[in-house]
Amino acid sequence: MFDSITLGQYYQTDSVLHRLDPRVKLVGTFTYLISLFVVKSFWGYLLAAMFLFVMIKLSNVPFRYIVRGMKTILFLLLITVCFNLFLTPGEVIWQFSIFKITREGLSFAIKMALRLSLLILGSSIMTLTTTPTQLTDALETLMKPLRKVHVPVHEIAMMMSIALRFIPILMEETDKIMKAQIARGADFESKNIVKKIKSLVPLLVPLFISAFRRANDLAMAMEARCYRGGEGRTKMKPLVYCAKDRVAYFILLAFFVVCILTRIFL
Amino acid sequence: MGIKVDDICFLYERGTAMQVRALDHISVEIPDDQFIGLIGHTGSGKSTFVQTLNGLLKVTSGHIYYNGEDIDGEKFDRKKLRSDVGLVFQYPEHQLFEVDVITDVCFGPKNLGLSESEARSRAIEALESVKMSKSLYKASPFDLSGGEKRRAAIAGVLAMRPKILILDEPTAGLDPRGRDEILGLIAEMKKERNMTIILVSHSMDDVARYVDRIMVMGGGKILYDDEPVKVFRHVKELEDLGLAAPQITYVMKLLKERGLDVNTDVLRVKEAAAEILAHRRELHV
Repeated sequence: MFDSITLGQYYQTDSVLHRLDPRVKLVGTFTYLISLFVVKSFWGYLLAAMFLFVMIKLSNVPFRYIVRGMKTILFLLLITVCFNLFLTPGEVIWQFSIFKITREGLSFAIKMALRLSLLILGSSIMTLTTTPTQLTDALETLMKPLRKVHVPVHEIAMMMSIALRFIPILMEETDKIMKAQIARGADFESKNIVKKIKSLVPLLVPLFISAFRRANDLAMAMEARCYRGGEGRTKMKPLVYCAKDRVAYFILLAFFVVCILTRIFL
Repeated sequence: MGIKVDDICFLYERGTAMQVRALDHISVEIPDDQFIGLIGHTGSGKSTFVQTLNGLLKVTSGHIYYNGEDIDGEKFDRKKLRSDVGLVFQYPEHQLFEVDVITDVCFGPKNLGLSESEARSRAIEALESVKMSKSLYKASPFDLSGGEKRRAAIAGVLAMRPKILILDEPTAGLDPRGRDEILGLIAEMKKERNMTIILVSHSMDDVARYVDRIMVMGGGKILYDDEPVKVFRHVKELEDLGLAAPQITYVMKLLKERGLDVNTDVLRVKEAAAEILAHRRELHV
């Protein structure tokens, strides 16, 4: 039922990107997203697109798989393009009754579409090559300095990883309860909006109950194993930078500098 | 008429690297008024198989006929199928949601379009069938004990008056007493209501005492489909599948190996006792 959602899912394979330290990937993704707002010229976008293309090739994730995840945001993309295309004032190059396209609008729309697609593709490369556990680990280490100002960094990371871990479980549970209620004659395909909302009650009540039950069980299991938060806690797989991570940081820095240069000179 | 399954296959995650063939060319006939045990190890495809029977999962290839009609046919009334073929899922108590037990049991009949009073009378009838005490009709389903919850959930399906009742691991997670209670109820329902019952389980001991016919599944195929005593003659092969014959069958086999000429085709402890006593003269004690 839910197997069409590929956006933000981990793709199991082996590649340079998969083996990279998750901190590098997290910092890298942020740098990339910022650089997309730094560049202004078409040359800059071309550079960003090339960079992403190389990353996709390096990630060993099939291109088709990545693009399939884009389908979900196609609608959003279309709206943005239309608004920019028709509503930007400037030199008119095409007109049909009240619809007119301006030169500025056209270039703006193309840039906007490029920026949005690159943004989404760029961040999905991270989630496709990094497991949620690695990601929260990286986040925790990167945010460590915030502990000085009493931000519960470990607890936030723990909550995040639990939340992420529970998404597939709850999806499975939804599927199961849905089937059980369909077997009792429930109708989830009704077009009538009132009926549709009503039909969600037999689904949501058991789902919430099971979520609370699972949360309870998990809390109990954690306490039984003497979990008591982040203080003095060691890791089974501590994050350690190695040579390829430093190289990756260097490449990132170089990319970012070039992006800034394109903005200044092109 | 019953159900006729003709060469069905079912694939999970079709067309991806994770593709799994859960059902592999299954053909079988399920006539009316039979008590069937469907047995298989975890992952053998038994849950998938029963979900295809009432149309919850659409088969990848092949056909299923209910009373001679193809259930994937355009004119076929799937709602009718779902009320006729009742499916009780694993841990059915997780589907309870209403404020009290009787309203929850009414959910099924109401979905069939029955009036309030008729739904209620069917609910009461179903709750009586599962021996729910009257004092609990108005209790919240979440205040019941594990065994009571399960019986309430089974009543929820029973209230739709299915002609074929499928129970997927109805005894999972229950203590021995709760298990015997549920199995006893099911056997009684079978006698009273003359319906076909398919009992899905991985425990031979659960099933052997009650059913007329056993289907053994493994790797998405039906490997054995016969009377219980005949199926249990394949002890060795069943063990290779991660299953076992009932404990009493093992006792009888051991006795026979030690030289006591007993009949090993027995499934119930009482029969076994009678059989051993009949041979007591040969016992050297």
